[in-house]
Amino acid sequence: MELCDLSALELTQLLRQKKTSAVEILESTLERIGSVDGRSGALDGGALTDEDKQKVHAFITLTDDRALEHAQQIDKQLANSEDPGPLAGVPFSVKDIFCVTGTPSTAASRILANFKAPYTATAVARMEAAGALMVGKVNLDEFTHGSSNESSAFQPSPRNPWDTSRVPGGSSGGSAASVAAGEVPLSLGTDTAGSIRQPAAFCGVVGVKPTYGRVSRYGLIAFASSLDCPGPVARTVTDAAAMLQVISGADDRDATSAPTPAPDYLSTIENGVKGMRIGLSPDYFRITYPDPQTGELLIQALPAEIERSVRQAAEKLAAMGAEIVEDVPMPNTRFGIPAYFVISRVETASNLHRFDGVKYGLRTKAPTADLTQMYRQSRNEGFGLQPKLRILMGMYVSAAQYSEEYYKRALRVRTLIRRDFESVYDPAGKYRLDALLTPTTPTTAFAMEAIYGNSVLMQYADQLTVSANHAGVPGISIPAGFDKSGLPIGIQLLGADFCEDKLFRIGRAYEHATESAEWRQVKPQVLR
Amino acid sequence: MSESITVDVFDHLVGLAALELTPDQADYLRTQLNHQLKVIDELKAIPLDENVPINLHGVPYEKATSSLPREDIHKPFADPKSILAQSPQVDDGYIIVPDIPHTTLK
Repeated sequence: MELCDLSALELTQLLRQKKTSAVEILESTLERIGSVDGRSGALDGGALTDEDKQKVHAFITLTDDRALEHAQQIDKQLANSEDPGPLAGVPFSVKDIFCVTGTPSTAASRILANFKAPYTATAVARMEAAGALMVGKVNLDEFTHGSSNESSAFQPSPRNPWDTSRVPGGSSGGSAASVAAGEVPLSLGTDTAGSIRQPAAFCGVVGVKPTYGRVSRYGLIAFASSLDCPGPVARTVTDAAAMLQVISGADDRDATSAPTPAPDYLSTIENGVKGMRIGLSPDYFRITYPDPQTGELLIQALPAEIERSVRQAAEKLAAMGAEIVEDVPMPNTRFGIPAYFVISRVETASNLHRFDGVKYGLRTKAPTADLTQMYRQSRNEGFGLQPKLRILMGMYVSAAQYSEEYYKRALRVRTLIRRDFESVYDPAGKYRLDALLTPTTPTTAFAMEAIYGNSVLMQYADQLTVSANHAGVPGISIPAGFDKSGLPIGIQLLGADFCEDKLFRIGRAYEHATESAEWRQVKPQVLR
Repeated sequence: MSESITVDVFDHLVGLAALELTPDQADYLRTQLNHQLKVIDELKAIPLDENVPINLHGVPYEKATSSLPREDIHKPFADPKSILAQSPQVDDGYIIVPDIPHTTLK
């Protein structure tokens, strides 16, 4: 086993015991990236070769010089018996939707391809202050607009390390793929409808969507401001908890960040689940999706092997002392996607209006008669189809004559979704849950190009995750074995506001319960 | 399937969005918008009584979980040149843009 295959906390222990150095850890990481990643995503990436189809392509930009300088500094601090921070020497990747001073911060869009951020996002700054080594910026769906990572303007787009003919999920596809392939033990992603949890499930890693406000959004290029949540991607629940500990907390530069202190996650993570009440909801075991031919909405049961994974997890948790509560009603889950189609589009239309070729980003080189034509031409050249689609829908559903019918109605439906969660977590209510246990995704990773282009079907990949974004509550996706094709299955835990600590406890208990399972020994295709 | 977003409505939206599209792009995007609208229309069937207010963000902004308003203090940015350097066209510290269209009001 290489250094780069160890967990973040194992690396910090080795480092503090002086059994390795930060520079050695970094060298191992860069070697792994060199062997599995292939060429980085780039504009006009050209045709895919057969070799390209076997690689991960998680990264857009490597920041190895920055990481090396930091690693040398960490080693010097350790030599001087100084504390280099709780994540000292741990490599991490950053979804390229976060601004980091002096680095290209592209949002995987042509319109920001030449943008070098003049400031650093709070979550990234906190990771580096904790001693973690930023090794690069990873690919994503353009402006986070997608669930497969294929919409990136930087091609080749990432591939699933378990089967490179499959998507890694999205939009944090580069984050999940880089962690799954052992390129980094930690990655910083964002989750607006499931963009951390869905790719985590597809890539067999752990992904956390914190409570809205738990992590500052400062320096995050906004998609849908009331839904966006930065969060960790990791290979273990404990690593994810350690990372959330570092990045969480109030921030003067984000008025929506919460002053609620984060508890010491690692001090309770091994406390087990005895006495915890964990709910199963039939509303998460059925899916609604539009018929690809007719558009008619169909309702059907989840694939049996995904449901079986959740129920087996419930049995294991029950055997460890948790009380499993069946038939918990979450009746408004099915409205998550229709409401999201409205709310997220209105917010993104507003947020993306700032990209106009004036202050930063792409300006058309074509001659333009006036400022208005320059705006239009620059935006047309700079945005891909998915941002354009979202902007146009946002314009439509927020127009004065439709706002009541669509936007305001969607915001009221959001209240219903929120009430579902409040009801089941209410300590004085009927269910008094500590968490809901659900599947993370309706399917395992789908084939590249199988869905891309069908914007409706693609959105339904998020139907089991998006409700948590509407409600603001935290969620975590954890690996739970494989389907018959050898693709990872993810299970999801959803908790009450600011109760990430409970999700970590349950997730860690599940890891204990399955630590000797055969599926935990299987390596991703790119590492075999 | 009936189309709520007609060509005329779509062209109006494209103008509002400050975009210019090729015919192929316009065809794809308008088709997708109408497909999405069919899904969105599911919202119309949901009974919403007067006790259902709008929710602009999931987690309520309560005192314990919300940042308090802070004093508005001017903090100069350390390196304003790094911001200006991002602009496609700058001259002597000014951002340059093409002519701004003017309309004479009657």
